[in-house]
Amino acid sequence: MRVAASDLPICFESVSVCSRGVTILDRITLQIEAGSPTVLIGPNGSGKTTLLRTAMGLVSPTQGRITWGGVEESPPARRAIVFQRPVMLRRSVSANLSYALSVARIPRRAERIKELLSMVGLANLGKRSARQLSGGEQQRLALARAIARDPTVLLLDEPTASLDPASTKAIEEIISAIAASGIKVVISTHDLGEARRIGGEIVLLHRGRVVETANAGEFLNSPKTDEAKAFLAGELLV
Amino acid sequence: MGSDTSALQLVLTGDPALLAIVRLSLIVSLSAVAFAALIAVPFVAFVALNRFPGREAVIVLMNALMGLPPVVAGLAVYLLVSRSGPLGPLGLLFTPTAMIIAQAILVTPIIAALTRQTIEDLWDEYRDELTAMNVGPFSRVTTLIWDGRFSLVATLLAGFGRAAAEVGAIMIVGGNINGYTRTMTTAIALETSKGDLSLAIGLGMVLIAIVITVNALAWLARWAGEKMA
Repeated sequence: MRVAASDLPICFESVSVCSRGVTILDRITLQIEAGSPTVLIGPNGSGKTTLLRTAMGLVSPTQGRITWGGVEESPPARRAIVFQRPVMLRRSVSANLSYALSVARIPRRAERIKELLSMVGLANLGKRSARQLSGGEQQRLALARAIARDPTVLLLDEPTASLDPASTKAIEEIISAIAASGIKVVISTHDLGEARRIGGEIVLLHRGRVVETANAGEFLNSPKTDEAKAFLAGELLV
Repeated sequence: MGSDTSALQLVLTGDPALLAIVRLSLIVSLSAVAFAALIAVPFVAFVALNRFPGREAVIVLMNALMGLPPVVAGLAVYLLVSRSGPLGPLGLLFTPTAMIIAQAILVTPIIAALTRQTIEDLWDEYRDELTAMNVGPFSRVTTLIWDGRFSLVATLLAGFGRAAAEVGAIMIVGGNINGYTRTMTTAIALETSKGDLSLAIGLGMVLIAIVITVNALAWLARWAGEKMA
């Protein structure tokens, strides 16, 4: 097995994922390139989370093929994911970061941990138990833990779902800073406002299929498909 | 002076015979728990994190062995270490080592079953994160053991409670030899049958104190675990 120098591009070649007779992803062909963020949007159950988990390598395609930087079966050394409900290890905030650095074989320097904590606005909470943080703080720590692995691709599964506006704003600012640092961000959301704010490329998913792909301005101002028009009009896609 | 007053006096004055029995009991039970943990924890970590043919049967067997009668464990160890047994040449019969082996056999299934539950629950919770972080198999085990440490301490204390209160197996393989293999439980049984209730009650008081302390420590461990959770 050869490890890709970068995990980009991530290429889905007619990828389907089925579970217990239900098709979750249906012949997805998609290329995720380096550059501005890719935003996966779509209603609940459209396949956003499964697509991200497949891109991470946590779910194997039932059919089709996926490659990372041109390589199949690439271990997730240079990609990271933040789940919608991240799990905090039963340790302090700093120890969670130290652990991520350790498993990525990155020297666990105290300065690096401080830098990461400052980046996500948790500089004063390093000694606190990670599981006692609020939902927004846990998301920020999960982002720092993902960045600690020095990824080339960061996959974010609805990172602001069920957060208050202030926490959402803080998370989105961190995501923008991460994207500006050159890390490819792939984020799923069903919040059109968030898709608009993050921008980049938009991929609309519906019933496990890619319905439309376009840059944010084009997608939001002149959608081509009926599903995209309905989604933007706030109609329920079922 | 009543036997209960004499017993209290033995405890308060630190009677040498009583202290020697308590010391041996603690050494045997703590050693048994340590050996049981060394065997059980890595084994159940493997069982909890892997799927293999016969896994369910292994789990059922582990759970069933929690109810292993002490005298049967004692008999098995007796057959193993008696002169004609496979370990006969080692001369372990009627030694503290044989008692440690017998108690370890009794305690291992308890530690294994409770540890498996802890590790499996944690693995259900951590699986995605650890897989996404590309954590290797050995590190997964050490991570789960470390993060489940408070529950595991409570498990070890439960094992110690079982070992400390055990009498049948160690009576068979230890022989209850005065000053050599006599523990609190075997001494209580013997002294009661002899009618020397002072020493029996004194040892009973110490044993109960140990059991209460162990339970308090187990509660503290669980409390600390919940605080960290």
